[in-house]
Amino acid sequence: MTRWIEANSWTLGLAVLLAALLLMTKLIQPDFGASGLESLARAALPFALATVGMAIVVIAGGIDLSIAAMMAVASVTGAVLMDGATDAQSIPIVIGVLLLGLAMGAINGTLIVVTRVPDIVVTLAMLFVWQGVALLILNAPGGGIAPWLRGLITGSFGPDWLPRAIVFLAVVTAVIWLPIRRSKLGLRLYAIGSDPLAAFRSGVPVGQTRIVAYALCGLFAALGGLSVSMGTGIGEPIPGPYLLASVAAVVLGGVVLGGGRGGLLGPILAVLILRTVRMDLTLLSVDPNVAAIIEGSIMVAVVMFGAVLATRGRHA
Amino acid sequence: MTLTDTPTAMSRLGRLVVDRPLLPLIGLLILLVALLAILNPGVLSMFWVSNTLKIAIPLAMLAACQTLTMLTGGIDLSVGTAATIAAYLTATLAPLIGVPPAIAVAIASALVIGLVNGFGIAICRVHPLIMTLGTALIATGCLLVYQRYVIATGVLIPDFLLWLGTGRTWGLPNSLALFIPFAILVIWAQRRSGFGRLLYAIGANEAAARLSGVRVWQVHLTLYTLSSLIAGVTGLLYLGQIKTASLSLALPLDLPSVAAAVIGGTSIFGGRGGYGGTIVGALILTVLTSMLTLMQIPEGGRRILFGLIILAVTALFIRLTERS
Repeated sequence: MTRWIEANSWTLGLAVLLAALLLMTKLIQPDFGASGLESLARAALPFALATVGMAIVVIAGGIDLSIAAMMAVASVTGAVLMDGATDAQSIPIVIGVLLLGLAMGAINGTLIVVTRVPDIVVTLAMLFVWQGVALLILNAPGGGIAPWLRGLITGSFGPDWLPRAIVFLAVVTAVIWLPIRRSKLGLRLYAIGSDPLAAFRSGVPVGQTRIVAYALCGLFAALGGLSVSMGTGIGEPIPGPYLLASVAAVVLGGVVLGGGRGGLLGPILAVLILRTVRMDLTLLSVDPNVAAIIEGSIMVAVVMFGAVLATRGRHA
Repeated sequence: MTLTDTPTAMSRLGRLVVDRPLLPLIGLLILLVALLAILNPGVLSMFWVSNTLKIAIPLAMLAACQTLTMLTGGIDLSVGTAATIAAYLTATLAPLIGVPPAIAVAIASALVIGLVNGFGIAICRVHPLIMTLGTALIATGCLLVYQRYVIATGVLIPDFLLWLGTGRTWGLPNSLALFIPFAILVIWAQRRSGFGRLLYAIGANEAAARLSGVRVWQVHLTLYTLSSLIAGVTGLLYLGQIKTASLSLALPLDLPSVAAAVIGGTSIFGGRGGYGGTIVGALILTVLTSMLTLMQIPEGGRRILFGLIILAVTALFIRLTERS
């Protein structure tokens, strides 16, 4: 038991911090309850899905700067195809969008492996490409989305305090990640993140595994893009600030930039913490633009702190 | 590969591109202009040349920021934001406090962005891309807050900026009066000054530079502050050219400025390249853009093309330098 607590001390600390923040929210706004929790979870969902995708790539030793742009492509593709479609038609569309996400991620990964250009340059270039694709599909916010998809993340289950958006996030992440984590592939992802040369010499197909990591990131980006549309009911061709937010949450969540360490629970808790801070600022009636500045500064500070830790780790 | 290998065509081309990047670039530029003339006969004129130069100059100046930061293996994605903020502050503050103080405030704000970038990159060792993206986000937030409080006051664009941005002398744009000394200064600084040599040294091998006594953090701090200063000045010039104060004035130049430096032969990994190639790169992009506009390619298609160009040129560069 003590060993388990020691191994997960960072994640436990984040959970305690999140609980403390929620308690503080209750103090700021005494009528904060089930509905507040529900809207918090709904707003946090795209950020959380982006963070999960980013965390997988970072664990595998890479980074994907194009994540927000891929989310935009998924969001507009879903919204354009689903505009006026029936419920029965929308199911294959959702599957198609998820496959599109996998394909976009796989393209990113393949380009990194084949061209041998560093991941940061390839995904920067692909950021522009995916942005362009999103703009070509839909020039301005528009389209529509199937009502049952919106119902999936709006409201709460039986007991009022369990928002559907949280359940959605937990189910999706568990269904995709847990089987991978337990399989050979999971071990390989951690191995190439930790030391690609050692992984290669132990017989891990480094290139293939890297492509899979980026494809998974693309899949979660597609889920994130769909969740953007699920929240607003339309497709958004201009990507939100998901890139910086996901990198900050990954770092705060205990995944080391450089790879090989950390899990997904930490980053998810971190993203909820960052969103709660944002909500508290709104509840304190801080100007939304000032809140954006504070939020950005927190994220930059977190990334700076993470970089200092990473440099220390390298020297030690 | 041993030294006695006979050079293949590929490696010879590689050496040419690495040693004399200007030659193939100028060739490509001439090719593009010829293609444009075929697509649209009668478009080439003194007016077209002057217009192309006018559009290319702000891009080439922002690309100077990318060239200098890329020499150390970095990048500066906050240049568009820094330029926009400098332009917006100048235009909105000029009617309130006069032109010179307004410009001083504008340049000072750009310098603050550069100092924050420099602090994060030099001292905390954050990756330049993430750091400059973060400061751009924060700075945009600050601009939005500022805009809410000055919305009532008018906009004034100083006359000399209008002259610099839109005027022509002997058929050539007046902005050349700013750009030519600027380009000479940058090329001199990068080739002959100690600071320029330090940039190449850090980009080629940071550990070696550090061991030979270079204080890398000081160079980074100076470099990113300088980059934002250049971006601020470009913002002023761009304000005179576009003649409106908008909250997203120079943001569309962020991506092309990276593309111009990459096309110009500056390696995104550091240690190789120079500003001369970047200027030709900016001209190539400007001609390419006017060609795409002529062919009625939408904004999305342009972004895809620019992204693919960055990727293709970098990949090609890696192949060529590996063989030679």
